[in-house]
Parts: sequence; C-alpha cells; structure tokens
Amino acid sequence: MSPLLKVSDLTMRFGGLTAIDALSFEAEQGKITSLIGPNGAGKTTVFNCLTGFYRPGGGSISLSDDAGTLELTRMTGHRINARGRVARTFQNIRLFARMTVLENLLVAQHVSLHRSWFPAMGGLWNSAAYRQAQEKAIDVAASWIERLDLEDWADQEAGSLPYGHQRRLEIARAMCTGPRLLCLDEPAAGLNGAESVQLAKLLEDMRTEFGVGILLIEHDMKMVMDISHHVIVLDYGRKIAQGSPQEVRNDPAVIRAYLGAEQDDDLEDLIGDDTTGREIEA
Amino acid sequence: MTEIRNQQGGLPWRDAFFGSIRAFILSVAIVGMRTTSDETGVLWIDYKPWDVVTIVATVFVVRLLLPSARGAHSLLVGLAALVSVFAIIGYARHFGEIQFATFLVAGLVLSVAGFASVAAANERMRTLLTPASQPVTAGALARRASRNRGLVLLGLAAAVLFPFLPFADRYWLDLAILILTYLVLGWGLNIVVGLAGLLDLGFVAFYAVGAYAYALLAIHLDVSFWLALPLAALLAAFAGFLLGFPVLRLRGDYFAIVTLGFGEIIRIVLLNWSEMSGGPDGLTGVPRPSFFGIAGFERNPSEGETAFHQLFGLEFSTMHRIVFLYFIVLALAVLASYVAKTLRRMPIGRAWEALREDEIACQAVGISRASIKLWAFMISAAFGGMAGAFFATRQGYVSPESFTFIESAIVLAIVVLGGMGSQLGVFLATLLIIGLPEAFREVEQYRMLVFGAAMVLVMIWKPGGLLAGREPSVRYAQVKNRMRKKLSVLEETP
Repeated sequence: MSPLLKVSDLTMRFGGLTAIDALSFEAEQGKITSLIGPNGAGKTTVFNCLTGFYRPGGGSISLSDDAGTLELTRMTGHRINARGRVARTFQNIRLFARMTVLENLLVAQHVSLHRSWFPAMGGLWNSAAYRQAQEKAIDVAASWIERLDLEDWADQEAGSLPYGHQRRLEIARAMCTGPRLLCLDEPAAGLNGAESVQLAKLLEDMRTEFGVGILLIEHDMKMVMDISHHVIVLDYGRKIAQGSPQEVRNDPAVIRAYLGAEQDDDLEDLIGDDTTGREIEA
Repeated sequence: MTEIRNQQGGLPWRDAFFGSIRAFILSVAIVGMRTTSDETGVLWIDYKPWDVVTIVATVFVVRLLLPSARGAHSLLVGLAALVSVFAIIGYARHFGEIQFATFLVAGLVLSVAGFASVAAANERMRTLLTPASQPVTAGALARRASRNRGLVLLGLAAAVLFPFLPFADRYWLDLAILILTYLVLGWGLNIVVGLAGLLDLGFVAFYAVGAYAYALLAIHLDVSFWLALPLAALLAAFAGFLLGFPVLRLRGDYFAIVTLGFGEIIRIVLLNWSEMSGGPDGLTGVPRPSFFGIAGFERNPSEGETAFHQLFGLEFSTMHRIVFLYFIVLALAVLASYVAKTLRRMPIGRAWEALREDEIACQAVGISRASIKLWAFMISAAFGGMAGAFFATRQGYVSPESFTFIESAIVLAIVVLGGMGSQLGVFLATLLIIGLPEAFREVEQYRMLVFGAAMVLVMIWKPGGLLAGREPSVRYAQVKNRMRKKLSVLEETP
C-alpha cells in the first residue's frame, strides 16, 4: 500500500536562505509521524508548504488514497483543506477568538455545509435540507465538545479558554474539517504533565478511531518517543535521520544536531531513555 | 461617585480648569476672530466671544465629568452636560423661551438619569465584587428569546402605527424615512465591516449604482418601482462583484484605501458621463412610486386613471405619498433586518465572522477567503442598491452630489458607533447620528459640533461601540436541549 503522504525533494528558499533543502519523507495513514529538530530547522516551513501557506520552490507533495493521488504543490490555499483534506493547527494558537467554542467547531464544517451556494442559502427560507445539514453539523461539533470535556465552556468565547483547552479545541476544530492527514504544530507546547498525557491519549484515539494520519512537530521528546511510529529529524532544512524512535534516539547525527557535540549524557537528560521514561509514567 | 474619583486620583476640578484654558488658547484665535469684508472690500475682524465661551464651557463640563463616569450610564451624563451647556449658551444667543425650557428640562432629566445610573453602577460594583457566575440555562435563554421577540413585535407595531399618530406631521415622517434609509444602508454595510471585518470606505458607490439604476430603468424603459427594486439590488450586487475582485488580496488599510478610491471613481464617472447620467445636472423626472401600479398619488390623475385618494374615497392629501414612502422603506428595513440576521446565523455568516477573527485560520479550515469576501461585498452592495433605488424614487431626481464620500463616512460611522456587528447597535447609532443633527437643527452651525462631541464621548466611554457585546449565533445550551429531546424520542419509540 502506498503511503498517504509522499514528500519528495521539497525545497523552499527565502531569498538566499534555503529553509528546506531537497527534503523527502513519507507519512502513513493511521500512523503518527513526528518531525523533530532544533529551533529553526525548518519544521514549521514544511507544514506551511504542506498546507498551502507557502508555495515551495521545488519538489512534490503528493497525497494518495484508494481514490487517487493529489499533487498538493499545484493546489492553492483553502483547497488543500477543502479537497485534499489536510488539516493543521498552529504553533501559536489561531482560534476564532471572539466566537464561541461551538461556533469554532461549526465554522470548521463550512466546506461540507456550503458545498454549493443554493442549498447553503436555504437558511433564508429555512428549508428542510438546510435544517438537517445544520443539525448534523451541530451533532458533530457537540460530539467533539463532549469528547474534549468542554461542555461547560461550549458557549464561552474561544479566546477566553484556559491555554490547554485552547490547544485541544484547535485540534478538534481541525478534526471537524474531516481530514485524512492532520498536521499538528507543537500541540503539547505549554501543557503541563497531566495535559500532555491527555493529549497523547487523544492523538492515539484519533488515529485509531478516525484512521487519520498524523504529522507531528513536537519538542516534548518524551511524548514524541512514546507515541510516534516514525520520526524524522531535521536540521538546517535537511533530513539528518529517520526511523523508529529507538533508532533515532541512538543516531549520532541527531545527538550532534541537538547538542553540537557528542555528549551522550546530556542527550539522555534531554530525551530520556526508554526505561526511565516508562518508569515515570508508571 | 467619590469612589471612582478616588481611584482615578487627581482633582477633576483642576483638570477641567486647565482643560478649558487650553481650549481657550486654541479657540480664541481660530474661532473667536473671523475676518469679514463688505462689498467695498474692506477687511475687518469680527469678534465672536460667545463661540469661544461655548467651546470653553463645553470642555470644562466634559473634563469635569469625564473621570467620574464610565460605562453605559456615563453616556447619559455626557449628553446631559452637552444639552445643558447648549441650552444656556443658546439662550444667551438667540433661543426663544420655549426652546430654552425644552433644552433645560431635557438636560435636567438626562442629568438626573445619568447620575442615578452612576450611583446604581457603583452600588452594583459593590455587591458584585464576588460574583456567583451562573451558567446560562436553556430556560433562561428561551425566556430571553421570547422577551426579545415581544420587544421586536412591539417596536414593529409602533413603527407601523407611527404615521397615524397625531404628532406625525410631514417633518417627523421625513425624518423617519431618512432614518430608515440609513438603517438599511447601515445594516448592509454592517455585513462587510461589522461581520467580515473589512473596512469599506466606498459604500456610497453601491448606493449610487442603485439610485442611478432605478432612475435609468424607470426613465428609459418605463420599469415600475417594484420590478426595478430587485433589479437595482442585482445591479448593485454586480457592481460589488466587480469592485470586490481587485481587492480580494488586500486587507486592512490597503483595502480601505482602494474601496475609498472606488467610491470616488463611481461618483466621477457619473459626473462626467453626461450622455448616460446627465453629468452634474443629474437625472430629473424620476418617477414616483405608484400604489402597487394601481393608482398614483397625483391630485389630478391623467385621463382614464384613478388616483390613490379617489380609489379609497379620501380627501386628497400630499401626505398620502409620504406615508406610502414611509411604508416602503419600513418594509425594506424589515427585509434587510431579517436577511442580515438570518445570514449571520448561517454558515456564510459564521464564515464572515471567522474571516474577521483570523484569515489564516479560515484558510486552514478550508474556507475560500476570496469567495467569502465576494459574497459579503455583493450582499452588502445589494442592500445599498435597494436603499439607492428608494432614495431615487423619493427624491424624484438623482445627481452625483448626493453620493459624496461623506455619505460613506456617515454610514461607516453608524456601523462603528453601533458596535461592529450588532443590529440593535446600528439602529441606536442611526438614531443618534441622523437624529441628533436634526434635533439640534435649531442651533444651526453648532449641530455638527454637538455631533462631533457626541462621537468623541461615545468613543471615550464605549470604545467598542454602543453595543459591543456579541451574541453567539448558536448556543450549546439550546442545542443540548434539542439533542436531549431527540434522545428521549428515540427512547420512547421501541
């Protein structure tokens, strides 16, 4: 079976700076693929190319399933979500801050509600089809509100939510667009230990229940190592290592990139080794 | 009162004193002295001490009240201050006793109301220091909804009965028609500015397109008003589509500047394309609306036609047409209100608000920014077009002079003052912005000053607009109720 996402020779330049240099990787459906690397390695730039915010200078990004293959570099802006079904979250949360939690989740279903303009305008004369579509959308939103335990917050402005809730709401909003590939940009940033564990559980549920492929940028190494199926390490826009968490952890190139020298002890502190990680969790 | 003053620190009296000294220095040369000449060409300086006194007194009162009043109630205090000052100054200048008394009583009533509400707000503040936040229940929501429905129906009934009230003479009806016209414009612009968050400075372009569309259709093709109305709306929407295209990629200040340019382009085209638009003379003889094509409002109808008063066996009165115009614009306003309110709760309305909140996130959830912006532009333009067609039929002539930038600015001021997105806010702001200059017509040249001062006061005390709060388009509390009902139905059916 061919992978869900196949990136080959992706290149992105800003003036003289090469942010991504001939990067190739794959992500599979229903699996979690993590993108790690030091700050400025180009991880978010990869996301921006994937989701149509940047137009890459070269290479291809193709998304395939049973129905066929889509070339994302040829698609623009909103179509990547609407047709390609790639959803994303942002490093610095971008919710519709003055709209309520429920409304945020409804806006995310805009594409399915507004597929053609005539039925979508049915609200003006309150047509039955329109009402049904609305109720269905509200049910989807409500199911996410319940799943994320946001019932008490549902009518609050999204911007007024505690930080951890905002993070999860942004993920729920992305899921409400009905994606097959979900790109999460540092979803655990700013979360406390308990919230991180909760988040890991949520990601696990999403991938098993909805079969969505997850592409994850994360600095919380414990989380990355615990939940990823595949890890790709970037540095200065190039891929320096890839493989299972275990393989990446012991890769000398990764250690060099993170620490600038071969200091295994420090790396142990940074990403923890398998046994200590498990013990803490237990 | 004292509590708030203490929090502010400083002495309002001293502040007011220095403020009025600054006002005096600024105004004494600019306002207080004016060069005039007679026909012989001799120049001399005309001294206007009362004008300076007016300004200094206003600044004094405003500076005095400014620190003591915050929140909704403070608006009353500000208005009270203004009205009182103008009553006194006006009396000193050229007011009659009756006008003076009216203003003074209004000022006193507003003062009492204002200070009472300041006191009440202080009291509330004390009791609410530890708020027991209660979640909104579905029942409370339903009660509030039914109460609001009741108020809306009451308001509508009052609007329908208005022309038949004894005091509703020509003046009042004309004012009401003017206010309702701006209300339609305001609700239209509200979609682009309030909901979609795009600062459109050229809204008058669509007003002009609507007006000229109706005038041309009616003069050349003899199209009736009722047919021309939707056509004018469509043409204006098309203009919105054309103007919308080039600005799709712009936002913020750049968007505002380009729309400003478009407003002017339309006006200048109308001014110069004489064969089509009659140039600066405009188009005269725009047909007045008939009573649904059945009867006109003429005193002496042409051969073989019946006039409105004959049809209903009434005495002829010029008021019939005015009342009819009033009902037309009332119907337009009700339609505009319904459409705008419904659109806000539909996916497209939520997408507009999402666009205002975050364009990037909009794109990330698959919303096409271009199409959403175009829709906002077109629908809002259609409202402008309808108002324009009505304007043309009411005036009986159209000329480019009616569609200057100041019209855009007034409508924009209505939307911003109303609180960006709130329909009721737009209504209140229309009353204030269109009604206030009328109410102060007695003081002639000062009415624009009052207007400006009122704007400044509102922006100081209510920076988000009169009604800045946002009502969610849908509430979970209600939805949950519906789902529970659905579940219970499922349980009952075996």
